[in-house]
Amino acid sequence: MRNRRGNFGRIDLSRSGLLKFLDRVSSKPTARYLIYSVSVAFFFSLILIPPILGIVLKWNLMGQIFENPTLQSRALSAIYASFGIALFVSLIDVVAGLPLAWFISRGKAKWLNVLDTFVDIPFILPTVALGYSLLLFWSKPEGVSSLFGASLVSPGWLLVILLHFVFSYPIIVRVMVGALLDYQLVYEEASRTLGAPPLTADRTVTLSILKPSMVSSFVLAFARSISETGATLIVAGTFENGPVFISNARTGGLGDGPLVFVSFVLIAVSFTIFAIITALGPRLKLPTRKVWPVIERRLSDSKVAISRNTVTLVIFLLMVLLPSLFVVLPAFYAVSSGTLSQALSGTGIWQGYWQSLLLSYILAAVVTLLNIFIGLPMAVLIARRRAGKLASTVLDVLVNVPLIVPSIALGASMKFFWSNFAFIPEIVLLIFAHISITYPYFVRAMASAVERTRIDLEEASRILGARPFTLFRTIILPLTKYSLFAGALMVFTRSVDETGATLAVASTLKTAPVLLVAWVKGPMTPMPTPYEVGLGIGFLVILSFIVLLVLRFVVRGKERKF
Amino acid sequence: MSEVRVENVSKRFDKNIVAVDNVSVQIKDKEYFSLLGPSGCGKTTLLRLIAGLIQPDEGNIYIDGKLVNDVPPEDRGVGFVFQTYALFPHMDVWDNVTYGPRVKAWSTEQSNKIGREMLEMVRLYERLKAFPQELSGGMMQRVAVARALSAGSKLLLLDEPLGALDAKIRLELRTEIRKLVQDLGLTAIHVTHDQSEAMAISDRIAVMRKGKILQVGTPQELYMNPKEIFVANFIGESNFLEGYVEAVSDKGAVLELRGNLHVKVSDKSRSSGEKVVLAVRPEALDLDKGHKKVENALLGRIESVKFEGTTTRYDVRLENEDLVVVTRPSLAGEWLNADEKVTISFPPDKSFVFTYPSKGLREELLAE
Repeated sequence: MRNRRGNFGRIDLSRSGLLKFLDRVSSKPTARYLIYSVSVAFFFSLILIPPILGIVLKWNLMGQIFENPTLQSRALSAIYASFGIALFVSLIDVVAGLPLAWFISRGKAKWLNVLDTFVDIPFILPTVALGYSLLLFWSKPEGVSSLFGASLVSPGWLLVILLHFVFSYPIIVRVMVGALLDYQLVYEEASRTLGAPPLTADRTVTLSILKPSMVSSFVLAFARSISETGATLIVAGTFENGPVFISNARTGGLGDGPLVFVSFVLIAVSFTIFAIITALGPRLKLPTRKVWPVIERRLSDSKVAISRNTVTLVIFLLMVLLPSLFVVLPAFYAVSSGTLSQALSGTGIWQGYWQSLLLSYILAAVVTLLNIFIGLPMAVLIARRRAGKLASTVLDVLVNVPLIVPSIALGASMKFFWSNFAFIPEIVLLIFAHISITYPYFVRAMASAVERTRIDLEEASRILGARPFTLFRTIILPLTKYSLFAGALMVFTRSVDETGATLAVASTLKTAPVLLVAWVKGPMTPMPTPYEVGLGIGFLVILSFIVLLVLRFVVRGKERKF
Repeated sequence: MSEVRVENVSKRFDKNIVAVDNVSVQIKDKEYFSLLGPSGCGKTTLLRLIAGLIQPDEGNIYIDGKLVNDVPPEDRGVGFVFQTYALFPHMDVWDNVTYGPRVKAWSTEQSNKIGREMLEMVRLYERLKAFPQELSGGMMQRVAVARALSAGSKLLLLDEPLGALDAKIRLELRTEIRKLVQDLGLTAIHVTHDQSEAMAISDRIAVMRKGKILQVGTPQELYMNPKEIFVANFIGESNFLEGYVEAVSDKGAVLELRGNLHVKVSDKSRSSGEKVVLAVRPEALDLDKGHKKVENALLGRIESVKFEGTTTRYDVRLENEDLVVVTRPSLAGEWLNADEKVTISFPPDKSFVFTYPSKGLREELLAE
């Protein structure tokens, strides 16, 4: 049935064998309840309950940290640093990202499409690659530091801020470009005809209407900053934020007490912040009543707009794009030196490298498949409110939890729980951890796609005689398959990229990002050369791009509007 | 005073699509002027050009004698009512209506005064705390008008302002808006695709098609004396019959229609042998039972009868196989039935004659 471009040319409506059986079963209410119940049970038993129980089980260990004032203050400063940096970076993201989003969505020049694609680069690159790239660019003699004779930005809090800015900036730009493109210009036009200069119209009308998107992009950037572990470890030096502290506590043998404490506080505070923003976000009022006609008119001038766009572009190029792509250089040198042949022959450190890379991709594939199976019913349940309005809303909120809590804290608390079941092999724990971290990506993408599918199409299909399974197979799936692929793609890349939770649950198995962090940070003897690290990261980046391209090819032409 | 002059204005989109094609028109002070045409004819584009929301590729636009091509919308002093109302969803009725005075930095007392006046004028002062989504379509429309006028504009531009409303409310509101414009001494430019709406409220109407203005005139002029086939069909309704001019005299002309039918018309401007289109409005046709010998008699058979309330509509198949529509007041004369033989006729001065269009009659009548 598949034609050459991968489209499903015609949907198979014949009902034979297995399809017929599934069709018959699906119209039985018991079967439906069973599928939904299993899906919900999986969510609670695999994703939500273990981390909570993990912390509860180790609750009494928390006291350890209060007996050691030095450790206590170290843990507290790490926690403050995490939230401080996340808050600061997300605010800067909004301030710097909004003008770029505006420029991209409103500009008419063709090259803006290229710029739009470039914005995604820090998004697509594995964060470990980003971290190493920034380290080279800002700190090592190979980067801008060569111009100054000394390390311009040493590993530490400033570099962590620069890094977090780089990887969270595209989130804001991406979300806001989407929101601005969806925005109905007529509101702005109405404002202009009523006498508002462009800047006043943008501020009092457009931004206010786009406030929900701004808040949600802020939350996403904030959550990403709180959660990121691998790249932060690379650039942190002696500085510690929450995830770095947890990682150091594990390797430094500080015992479980500090781990439980920091994990608990990170999870609890993240959740509280998320809850507060969700509750107060809609009530947040932007200052729209006051107007400064003379100043705003002057600031609406085209010269001011041109300088604003120039500054925005310079920031993007020098602070985001160039540092992100800097890792290309050592990878390039590695290719021209003998490192490439060593790598390809798989000798020395490369044997471990290829094993890790293989592990990463197999793990990501397994996690993606499992996510589709356990996530699909949940997505339908949420989108169609099958569990009743209240329960569905609660599920909708709970599904997001893994998005907003730091992955290493989630991983650590899961490990506390699952370590009670010693017979479970480490690879299974790794799968559990990765499913937890990636679950929201798939369910969110699918739920909103199902929600967008008009209910009357379903009703028409049922009236024409389709049983629930046929309805799903012939109507819902074809209309949402683009989102299914997109969700699966997000799960896959997130899993390959994931460092925090992996570090927390696995002690012997090393995925590619975990291995690469060790290559940069140690402990290793001898330490890999910059060429080797560059090449190792280069392979990861190239593979990420290939996977992306393959999936893009598969889903090409599947995005249709209904 | 508020006068608008559009001179040779053109606007293209994506280089190839000509939305407004070399249009010139003048809208007088205190006039209620409608831009009427099918969707895609360029009427909204012309309105947006006048408001300054888009800039013309060629030509000039003057408001009160001043060239405004380079004046941004906020400085043109126009009030604009959008088709979707575009009430700011994050502001209540009061904030919407006082938005104009506030962004123009009028004093608070002045803003409050005008806000109150405008809301009282549209009878919505008691709903000032309501948000747009809590109002009915008609209320939103009235708020949109109040907001457009609150900034003190004397020129009101309305883009299909009644399009999204129920038929009954549409009728009420169009009278209300007309009265408001008259009472306040405003100039209004109203875009619509609904000819009955344009006829009912306008002092003058410009009929547009494919980016051009075909004819400008009072509703009566357009109805009584359409200059183009499209106008004859779009303003009211017409039957079109193809034929040739057989003879011309000082009393009029004789046309030969298909099937060797002959009719007299009062149009003297034609030349003998010219291929023409005869247009007669359904309400101008007389319908008699049986075959009668009267002036301009055309014989036929009733194909179908549709009772439409006030009027009854007869589809009559002529002997030459042309189909003609006749409408008669339902309470006048006797009722006729399908399949009956009938004679239809019309006075020579109740018909229009047009030169046969080069692209064919069908193309000329397409409403796009």
